[in-house]
Amino acid sequence: MSSVTSLVQSVDWVAVAPPTITAVVALAVLVADLFVPRHRKPLLGWCAIGGLALAALSLLPLVAGDRRTFCLTTDPGVCSYAADHFAVVVQFLVLAGALLTALLSVTAVEDHRLPAGEFWFLLLSSAAGAALLPASRDLATLVIALEVASLPAFALVGLRRADRLSSEAALKFFLSSVAATAVMLLGVSFVYAATGSLHLSRVATTLTDLPDPQLATLATAGVALTLVGFAFKTAAVPFHFWVPDTYVGAPLPIAAYLSVIGKAVGFSGLILVTVEGFPSYADVWGPAVAVLAALTMTVGNVAALRQAPERAHSAVRLLAWSSVGQAGYLLVPIAAAGYADDAAHAIGATVAYALMYAAVNLGAFGVAALVARTSPANRISDYRGLVTRRPLAALALGFFLLCLAGLPPGIIGLFAKVTVFSAAVDAGLAWLAVVMAVNVVIALYYYLQWTAVLFRTAGETAEGEVAAERRVKVGAAAGAGTGAVDDGAEGARAQAPGAAGPADLPKAKVPAPLAAAIALAAVLGIVLSGAPQLVLRFASGALL
Amino acid sequence: MNHTAMQLLLAAVVVLPLLGAVAALLPAPPGLKGRDPGQAVLRHGVTVTGAVLAAAVALAVGFDHDHPARMQATTDISWIQALGIRIHLGIDGISLPLLVLTALLTFLCALYSYFHLPAGPSPKAFVALLLVLEAGTLATFAVLDLVLFFLAFEMVLVPMYFLIARWGGAQRTYAAWKFILYTLLGSVVMLLGLLLVGLKSGTFDMVALATDNGPNSQLSHTVQLLAVLAIGIGLAVKAPMWPLHSWLPDAHTAAPTVGSVLLAGVLLKMGTYGFVRIALPIAPDGMHTFAPYLAAFAAVGIVYGSLACLALARRGAKGDLKRLIAYSSVGHMGFVLLGIATMTPTGVNGALFANIAHGLITGLLFFLVGALKDRYGTTDLDRLAGRAGAALYGRAPRFGGLLAFGAIASLGLPGLAGFWGEMLAMFGAFEPAAGLSRPAFLTFMALAGLGTLLTAAYLLIVVRRVCMGGKEPAEDGGAGALGTAGSEESGATRTAPVIPDLARYEYAAWSPLAVLTVLAGLWPAALLGLTDPAVQQLLGGGK
Repeated sequence: MSSVTSLVQSVDWVAVAPPTITAVVALAVLVADLFVPRHRKPLLGWCAIGGLALAALSLLPLVAGDRRTFCLTTDPGVCSYAADHFAVVVQFLVLAGALLTALLSVTAVEDHRLPAGEFWFLLLSSAAGAALLPASRDLATLVIALEVASLPAFALVGLRRADRLSSEAALKFFLSSVAATAVMLLGVSFVYAATGSLHLSRVATTLTDLPDPQLATLATAGVALTLVGFAFKTAAVPFHFWVPDTYVGAPLPIAAYLSVIGKAVGFSGLILVTVEGFPSYADVWGPAVAVLAALTMTVGNVAALRQAPERAHSAVRLLAWSSVGQAGYLLVPIAAAGYADDAAHAIGATVAYALMYAAVNLGAFGVAALVARTSPANRISDYRGLVTRRPLAALALGFFLLCLAGLPPGIIGLFAKVTVFSAAVDAGLAWLAVVMAVNVVIALYYYLQWTAVLFRTAGETAEGEVAAERRVKVGAAAGAGTGAVDDGAEGARAQAPGAAGPADLPKAKVPAPLAAAIALAAVLGIVLSGAPQLVLRFASGALL
Repeated sequence: MNHTAMQLLLAAVVVLPLLGAVAALLPAPPGLKGRDPGQAVLRHGVTVTGAVLAAAVALAVGFDHDHPARMQATTDISWIQALGIRIHLGIDGISLPLLVLTALLTFLCALYSYFHLPAGPSPKAFVALLLVLEAGTLATFAVLDLVLFFLAFEMVLVPMYFLIARWGGAQRTYAAWKFILYTLLGSVVMLLGLLLVGLKSGTFDMVALATDNGPNSQLSHTVQLLAVLAIGIGLAVKAPMWPLHSWLPDAHTAAPTVGSVLLAGVLLKMGTYGFVRIALPIAPDGMHTFAPYLAAFAAVGIVYGSLACLALARRGAKGDLKRLIAYSSVGHMGFVLLGIATMTPTGVNGALFANIAHGLITGLLFFLVGALKDRYGTTDLDRLAGRAGAALYGRAPRFGGLLAFGAIASLGLPGLAGFWGEMLAMFGAFEPAAGLSRPAFLTFMALAGLGTLLTAAYLLIVVRRVCMGGKEPAEDGGAGALGTAGSEESGATRTAPVIPDLARYEYAAWSPLAVLTVLAGLWPAALLGLTDPAVQQLLGGGK
């Protein structure tokens, strides 16, 4: 009798609450969509946002990081789901990131007339998968979580049905992703064949002492192939080519989602399989990840550098390529983990960097979404003089870009890079640190160039006007310098006495959810810049 | 003054400009609106920089002048435990003069801009950027943590970039990019070096590192070599050391007057200060290896800067006066680097003295050239010289006199500030630290001596051409090749502008610099008394 009952694993519902709540709300939204009248559809969005907030709140009881569930009844030490510190932090990243994405999406769904029910269902399902992944502790759950996170994403990318770019992007994304998944499944099956277990902790112990030495080749191949799937999700070179087209074709909030949550899924999976699953094969994946990291950041940054500002969608393209570059930095500590004595310690830098990156990158996409409302082509040259039209948005975007670049006042960006650097230097990967340093400078160039565009009120034509005003006294220079470049009416208004500044110019109202998302990201960035310890402490403690 | 008051003063010096920068962006509160928003915000700039200057002077007064080697007004708070980064502030005899110089120059710049805003977009942004720039510079001199030093070092880049790119003259976009890219390339390498030091020694604290009290007390020779190489490149770009200097002339030529003054007067000092504060005490072995190379580059820089200036000062070369002074900065900073490279107390003291002197004198010169440009609309020496040109002695005698004074101070006339630093630096090179090749340093000293001669030559040429106009067309008569230039000049003669002499606000902004130049020249002990004990301690491994 006892053997029968022991087959049923006990479930700790509190521990699995974050992904579960997200999934349940996703289903609820899908069902509710059938009954909600057309003009009430925006309610669905707010339900989804509420659900995500609730899921994020459900992380609170898990802060201690000591809960595990779905453990083997025969061996309670081996579990499929662990809400340890790593899982909780990454789940927070995923859910908070999804929340910001949802805020960005509220207006996008209305503007582009996307099917509301499907959109929110897909977004929440994908978030549920992404939240499940960092807590998974066996290869099967990992693969399932990865697929749950990815499959809705294909549909989300292709949701703008009328748009040819969108369908093309979805197809490209789908085909390359499925290929990567297939390869990864092959890898997982090799590992299973070699070790006879799917649980990461068992795989780790078995790999150190394979029953048959001939299995070593199989295991090595399995390890390498498993990494491919996650490398694809992280958009590491050479699995990156889907990124620019997919980002451009997808609705902007979805591009933001892929750039942050998609990467979080990729790197957390990568961390789990490398550090938890295959620690004894560090000599295989350590150098491989290091080379991947170097290639990824170089290709991403060089491609971002080559984006012509006048090209259509250049802003999103630049963000896409820069996100490839940033993925390279995220990989550096994972590579360092392969060399360091204390692997769990090194990956903290990745988590800290990802938290910083999530906040500021979502913020940057938020401002891009704002600009896209008035200039759908979203060229970088459309951002010229944004500071006179929307000073707060321009300041926010400037701040986000400087954070991504790692220059003060984006202090958090700088320190996040410092932690990544120190992880590399600590592990003796000096060459990688130097490659990264070069890349940081390349990235600085294009981020700064974009930042400079924001504040460049004087176009080529206005250069002469400014020169003509060289001797204009202080007072007149105040309004005229900025006003002269805009068209006449606006310029006159800026010069008029009583106008405190260009901020007062009439303009299209910023939708509240979009403004809230940008403000939230900006506040996060500023708070983190003042107290970097909030995220950097993950870099110092062992998370796994 | 008690310790807490000093602590608060130092913290205020660093934080006030930042708060002021934020406040500058907000609309003016009622009652402080002034005549118009521009005037209000410029006045705000003067007030904040004035308060910072007052705090800096109070710090200098409260400073325990009997123990300048001791870190004073120290604050040490943990900021980021994860990286072991602490907010560690403090001043000693090395940083105090630089702190006061920064506060003074920024205040004078704010004062000057209040009456004379450079053409460009809103004064709001201008004041905010100026204040951020000040905060970054002051923080560089006040922090005692390697990572904070880097942070402060980087903080000045963005405001300076925008000051050049938005308020600058011709070629400003190009110059601003060149400035920021050169400095960034250098500073990323420097960051690697700083991290190397921090990770290998277990602490980022400069005081602990200088006294070798870190957890892993001594850095190995290889680490020191790598650290000095990496950190040195970053600092050398900033200083700037030949051959990494080429951003400087462009940046100076394009920058607005205030930008040039701060760039030359303060920003360059961050590089040399870093050498003295970080490279010398923390990695003395590495520094010892690289010192001869540093000295060689410095000596080449001195000669190169002077030759470039001579070429620019030539008649018909269409030399830009701003560019000329920028090149002269390369030469002057060469003396500073040479002094540091000797690794002797004499040389390092000389370097620190030359630092301050260069800040005062070149700051003054850039102010003057900027004003000259406003009066004439050009800084082209060929157009300033000659009968149609400035002829300042005749047209604006006080202006001309001050320009001549600045030039003479710059060439290192004994009795003025420029003399002592360069003399001491060369004196240090005469007898470098033990283990450094004396013949090599003697050669460098000879080169530096040649540099002083060339410096005197070009500065006197400049004074003759700009201040003493009127005679040149007669000389031109002999040189037929210059016929076109001559005819242009005579064409311009008919419409020779009236040159206003020094305005009252110009007196206010410039006389402190002139007075301090004389004072430092006549009473060098005031400054050397501060730096010497601190330098002795740094070179002696903090004992």
